[in-house]
Amino acid sequence: MVSLQDLARKEDLFVSGHDLCPGCSIPIILKIVLRTVTSPVVVTNASGCLQAGSSKFPGSAWKLNWLHNSAENAAAAMSGIHATYSSLKKRGKLPVEKEIKFLIIGGDGATYDSGLRSISGAVERGEDFVYLCYDNQLYAHSGGQRSAASPMGAATGTTPPGSVLPGKLQARKDITGIFAAHKIPYAAQTVPWLWQDLHKKAETAFESPGPAYLNVLTPCPTRWSTQANKAVEMSRLAADTCVWPIYEVRYGRKVTVNYKPKKKLPVTAWLESQTRFSHLSRSENKWIVEKIQEEVDKDWEFLLASETKDRTN
Amino acid sequence: MPAIEVLNGNSAAAEAVRQVNPDVAAVYPMIPASEITEKIASLAADGQIDTEILTVESEHSAMSSCIGASSAGGRVFTAAAARGLAAEHETLFIASSLRLPIVSAVVNGALSAPLNQNTDHSDSMAERDCGWIQIYSENPQEAYDNIIQAYKIAEHMEVRVPVMVALDGFVTSHSAENTIIEKGDEVAEFVGKFEPLYSLLDTDNPKTIGSGTGPDYYFEHKRNQLQGMINSRKIIKEVGKEFGDRFGRYYGFFESYKLDDAEFALLLMSSSCGTAKEAIDRLRSRGEKVGLLKLRVFRPFPVQELKETLAGLKALAVLDRVLTPGSVGGPVFNEIRCALYDLEKRPRIFPYVYGLGGRDIRMEHFEEIFADMREGQTKTAETGAAVRFINLREEDG
Repeated sequence: MVSLQDLARKEDLFVSGHDLCPGCSIPIILKIVLRTVTSPVVVTNASGCLQAGSSKFPGSAWKLNWLHNSAENAAAAMSGIHATYSSLKKRGKLPVEKEIKFLIIGGDGATYDSGLRSISGAVERGEDFVYLCYDNQLYAHSGGQRSAASPMGAATGTTPPGSVLPGKLQARKDITGIFAAHKIPYAAQTVPWLWQDLHKKAETAFESPGPAYLNVLTPCPTRWSTQANKAVEMSRLAADTCVWPIYEVRYGRKVTVNYKPKKKLPVTAWLESQTRFSHLSRSENKWIVEKIQEEVDKDWEFLLASETKDRTN
Repeated sequence: MPAIEVLNGNSAAAEAVRQVNPDVAAVYPMIPASEITEKIASLAADGQIDTEILTVESEHSAMSSCIGASSAGGRVFTAAAARGLAAEHETLFIASSLRLPIVSAVVNGALSAPLNQNTDHSDSMAERDCGWIQIYSENPQEAYDNIIQAYKIAEHMEVRVPVMVALDGFVTSHSAENTIIEKGDEVAEFVGKFEPLYSLLDTDNPKTIGSGTGPDYYFEHKRNQLQGMINSRKIIKEVGKEFGDRFGRYYGFFESYKLDDAEFALLLMSSSCGTAKEAIDRLRSRGEKVGLLKLRVFRPFPVQELKETLAGLKALAVLDRVLTPGSVGGPVFNEIRCALYDLEKRPRIFPYVYGLGGRDIRMEHFEEIFADMREGQTKTAETGAAVRFINLREEDG
């Protein structure tokens, strides 16, 4: 396991000067992920919090080659970079031994929603990249509207709880499952609280031959209305209530659950910690809390059962 | 020796790509451009080119990947058509704004609804303000010649603007004609090597490409992006002449056909110009002073050259192959009338719309237009209606 001392000795490729919100967990995640790679990294970044907060002209928080194109096409842009990389090597315009790592970064809106087609396409073509989704469960940069990553019951800008509707009615999309179903070498999800797990997963993702997908819960103090120093704590609650299972899937067949809470906390511990769920404490919304608990329990049981079945053979 | 081959427009375009041998080609099928993508894939499969073929999952991703590939320092090609070009809309602006010298064939086709896979210029005209140079081709030969020139124009250090080379769907893309294919090494020498200004693969010199800006800088950025388009006016002419000096076929912003002593003239683009020339020859044989201006370059719009060429006419009919609801005539008409407004003595200029969704325009239709102009009895003059439709099964106006 990597130590903090080891991490601290590595050069930061994402540096100060960005204007992400106080307490945002994106830089925490990004700095750990970028410290796992030894080769130079090229990043394409979908529109969103990170892009907007890191690249405002004439500044830049990036000490690596970085391209922003649009919200829904960071993966396609990377396909083009990757194709040029292959082509120039083949044609002797780039040294064959020059190794570059390719990292695509998008928020949940650009990943679960608008960018899904282009990511799926790049994954299907088997290009060698890591896709990092910083999942704060809504369109945070646009002001906090619902995405397909928003959990059931959440209040967002476009699912406001009112006298008739109780917030978002649908469960979040199982995005890690979707990419695992592409049978890529590596798909995993984790939280920043488990920073060693995150480091290990990023390392595995970069070493995997072909596409790798990382889904990292990214607590958003601004839109979740939590205190700025609570992001890591929030991510711990997500892991301990199992609303955000910590696991990895290799080639779509081998599931490993990397964190099993000694005491699985009830989902209310998670829901009561954030203002976006406060309306669920009303008696008429009790059924939603029960439904969330039921779904989390079923998903967790399913995941534990999957772990015992090695389907790689 | 150059070879004479019987090729349709799509095959001629693919031949140009074979000879230019780009580093990356992004391909996604869309009728009527699909054949270009298949031909390029076949060339790669047979080892005739070593271009990386990127088989993307959508047109939006085709242009997005071109942006990535070009930012990484690659020479890039793609082909688009009709609804597919419309799907690229957002990314076309990004490509030109990042000053990426991408070349795209655009096989012109109608936009839905109703779904129609035949030609008109709805697709490329909807992209007229996306910052790309637009060159239109009359036949397979021009499609081939224009794609070769497009690389030299786009990659010129004073330009660095993407270029779309348009050809009419089916009429040009699928009709075979004798086409001169120049020697591969001559074409390669003419186009030259691509020297990227920067590359995302140059990891020793990190760049942030695609920054955000606020009101404090955005306007200056947009003005600076314009410079390449401004400079392209000179370079397009130079490249057209250089191409002619080497291969014998000269190109400018437009082709003047029997305009020197003409009183009445047509102005249009692409494949229908062949029919228009035939109609003009027939009318000339009856002693009528008529001519044609075949517009080749729509962006940048050659204002000064058109003023000089069209000033002496009595009347000019501008034919747009696109419907622009709510406007005063089509885009070509608008630009022409605007360009000629400052002339002290200018021709009357009439707007016509023709050929939507692949509808034919025949010799008799061009003759009707000339009669219309000569009599001064156009619907425009009579009723004030903006546009007259040609070969439409309905009362006009």
